[in-house]
Amino acid sequence: MSERYFPDTMPPPMADGTSLPWWKAAAEHRLVVQECGACQVTRLPPSPVCPDCRSDQFGWREVSGEGEVYTFTRVHRPLGAGQAIPFIIAVIALDGSGGLRMISNVVEIEADAVAIGMRVELVWEDMSPDLAIPRFRPATN
Amino acid sequence: MSPARAHIVGVGESAYARWGKIGEVSEHALACQAIQRAVADAGLSMDDVDGLASFAEDRNEAVFLAAELGLPALRFGNMVWMPGGGGGCAAVSNAAMAVETGQAEVVVVYRSLCQGQFYRFGSGGVSTDAPADPPVPSLQQANSLLMASMGFAMPYGLLMAAAAYALPTRRHMHLYGTTSEQLGLLAVTFREHASRNPRAVMGGRPLTLEDHQASPMIADPHRLFDCCLESDGACAVVVTTEERARDLAKRPVEILGSEQGAPRGYAFGPFTNANIPDALYATGGGEEMAGRLWAKTGLSPGDVDVAQLYDHFTGCVLMQLEDYGFCQRGEAGAFIESGALAWKGGSLPTNTHGGSLSEAYIHGLNHVVEGVRSLRGESTSPVENAEVCLVTSAACVPSSAVLLGRK
Ligand SMILES: [Zn+2]
Repeated sequence: MSERYFPDTMPPPMADGTSLPWWKAAAEHRLVVQECGACQVTRLPPSPVCPDCRSDQFGWREVSGEGEVYTFTRVHRPLGAGQAIPFIIAVIALDGSGGLRMISNVVEIEADAVAIGMRVELVWEDMSPDLAIPRFRPATN
Repeated sequence: MSPARAHIVGVGESAYARWGKIGEVSEHALACQAIQRAVADAGLSMDDVDGLASFAEDRNEAVFLAAELGLPALRFGNMVWMPGGGGGCAAVSNAAMAVETGQAEVVVVYRSLCQGQFYRFGSGGVSTDAPADPPVPSLQQANSLLMASMGFAMPYGLLMAAAAYALPTRRHMHLYGTTSEQLGLLAVTFREHASRNPRAVMGGRPLTLEDHQASPMIADPHRLFDCCLESDGACAVVVTTEERARDLAKRPVEILGSEQGAPRGYAFGPFTNANIPDALYATGGGEEMAGRLWAKTGLSPGDVDVAQLYDHFTGCVLMQLEDYGFCQRGEAGAFIESGALAWKGGSLPTNTHGGSLSEAYIHGLNHVVEGVRSLRGESTSPVENAEVCLVTSAACVPSSAVLLGRK
């Protein structure tokens, strides 16, 4: 098991048939973005049709998990038992994703040290054998 | 010739109380009370009402209220597909469309919200007590598109609206140098307005900028006093035709124009969508809609005498000021510092009832009520000779707005 950053009481994700492949890839520690099969424009969260060319053909592109903080907030209210505060929610701009961002956390950092533009890297948190959540920590290189 | 426009002819509300403090009365009983008061304010009878309209996340379905209130017939029952706070003005707009097209003659728009009787949106009923036998974390089935999109927010602890809308507000501060003090001035200004409003839950609690700066951080930059109240209460407005409006009890208020919607790719807004285009991210998302509203009414921001802007969080008010063109992008902080929003001496007196920050949080339908009062001369912070009032619904979600005019 990987390092744990949040307690089991952190709300679990919910998926429908369209977003399920993203979560299955996450369970295998692969961070992916959806890529249109016709025009190659990428998108997140997953959706059935490309908003640019309206094609329903798509595939999944794995990204490195390197990126930078686009914006963030430090949450000072615990969400459940065992939750340390403050914790950081951030929007991460993902390298090599075609300009996509995702909501996640920045971990392994003093709360005061987070800043817009800081470089981060992916770290997986295995909440259980079947559920892995992508989080980010300050870049190590 | 322009088509006959709908008018708002009655407003009403229940008592407003803090979260859980309304007493032994149900949310839908309060809805009935507010509807009855608004109808009475108009000088109409419940026998005249043939339509009911509300907006998303309403637990009080119109079909039941129509039966309980003895409506002779429910000809128009309408719900706006917007996130809760975004749809209040759209519900007014839909009511207007109904009476303008003959679908109904008298439509009441209502909202009742007893947050103390239900889970707060954003807490999701999460307990801070450790469960005896915690479930193994696992992927859950999403039962709606909203819940599927929340799947990309909740596992990161993004459940509170205060945290969600901190994200674009933080970005705004980064881009333009907006400060916490500028946000705080909004809260202080609206509290001052509430001090004259006997309905305002926080009317008797003065607020200084020092109080704001000393209040606990919730999700930075949002401190406690940057966040709206959590309230119990209900309010309603009555919409009817121009013809019917002529001989009723109160001076009618004309719906000059309304708009609703979201920009391309916006979905639920920054709460669950990290991929809002960069140019839109640090905004309230309402700029295109505002442009359509000004264009269709032939009015401009300079024509607005008084504004009632949805204020779930101070940052969202700040970004709306730019969206609607009251100042340039990035300049709302300085605009607020200039005192523009103050009842006394401001160029754009805003939230003259105290808003959701100080009157009550009724998903912004109380802002429509105050918009009507401000044009009737009934506001407790009256703006002399006000002829045009802008009312908005929530920013940072798909939203709506109405321009109201004095007859
Ligand atoms: Zn495409």
